[in-house]
Amino acid sequence: MNNIANIISISIGAVFINNFILSKFLGLCPFFGVSKKLSSATGMGMAVVFVMAIASSFTWVINRFILIPYDVAYLQTIIFILVIAALVQLVEMALQKYSPSLYEALGIYLPLITTNCAVLGVALINTGVNTFTGEPYTFFESLLNGVMSGVGFMLALLLMAGLREKLEFSNIPKGLEGLPIAFITAGLMALSFLGFAGLNFFSPVGG
Amino acid sequence: MLKEELKRGIITENPLLILVLGLCPSLATSTSVQNGFGMGMAVTFVLACSNVIISIVRKGIPGKVRIPCFIVVIATFVTMVQLLMKSYLPALDKQLGIFVPLIVVNCIILGRAEAYASKNNPLKSLIDGIVMGLGFTASLCILSIIREILGSNKLLGLNFFPGYDPMTVFILAPGGFFTIAAVMALVRYLGNRRKDTKA
Repeated sequence: MNNIANIISISIGAVFINNFILSKFLGLCPFFGVSKKLSSATGMGMAVVFVMAIASSFTWVINRFILIPYDVAYLQTIIFILVIAALVQLVEMALQKYSPSLYEALGIYLPLITTNCAVLGVALINTGVNTFTGEPYTFFESLLNGVMSGVGFMLALLLMAGLREKLEFSNIPKGLEGLPIAFITAGLMALSFLGFAGLNFFSPVGG
Repeated sequence: MLKEELKRGIITENPLLILVLGLCPSLATSTSVQNGFGMGMAVTFVLACSNVIISIVRKGIPGKVRIPCFIVVIATFVTMVQLLMKSYLPALDKQLGIFVPLIVVNCIILGRAEAYASKNNPLKSLIDGIVMGLGFTASLCILSIIREILGSNKLLGLNFFPGYDPMTVFILAPGGFFTIAAVMALVRYLGNRRKDTKA
């Protein structure tokens, strides 16, 4: 029971309550850059889920078995960003060779992901403490956190892309055209996502 | 020349409000003037230092691996800021949290490295880094002044309007989006009006 509660708590927390874009402000550049069309938003979202899953598992292993035992945890930032950059490059090459169709769908979005703060963000969050158990994230938990944060990112991206496709045809005051109206839309979405805070029914011990 | 550069960094090429770079940290840390200013200064420091180093080594870096090289230089300075902040400004470090290490992936820094420092001499790059950082800090301060007054009815920790309930939503996520939308719309409106009077 506790395990299931843990899984549900991490999943709901990452997708809804602490949505990376709408409540943590992570990964806003791709969110506003790639949300003009639904098709490109889908590609970007899938690429982010994929990279976040790989990145959070690799950085967890490196952190636990190299950085912590050798007492060099202060190098986290440098090491993580290099690992993520290298991973993205490798994934891109592997996809190009073994799965050209997937590469065509995700290819152009992959290089953009290196500088997406959501990926480095989830890697850094995974080095912290799981609020549900009050202990450091285990390998499985950090993988789950990575995937679910990616899903939350994709959800917000798809919602935004759908709204922006409609906005194209509406009559907007001149100064608000383009980005400002997109910010207002995102603000309204964030407002509705605030309501998910009440979903926190498996509240952590003492919280 | 210095005056022109300052005008370029703060007004005509303001990294946040005109070029729209570095959104994540600016929305996340502009909840109070203290946080916003601290973040702006940290970014300015990293930007100026990394611009100088990248400009010095620019001729030795092969074009194909330049981005990873830039990232390593930037990450080094970010780690320095992280450690300095932890030991001298622990309260600010706690407030900014994950956004201090995330300066690494701030698009302003990589953008200036790519667009300016890799093409210009160290002195020019230093000046560019400082003015761009100041522009970022200035826009962060504008955002955080608005959000702090509306969201917690305070300015620099002091009460602003006595006997008036703060709109807490302005220091939460939605308020960040609304504030930047309003400020950006205002900037565009003023820009358009200037263009019209010139034409």
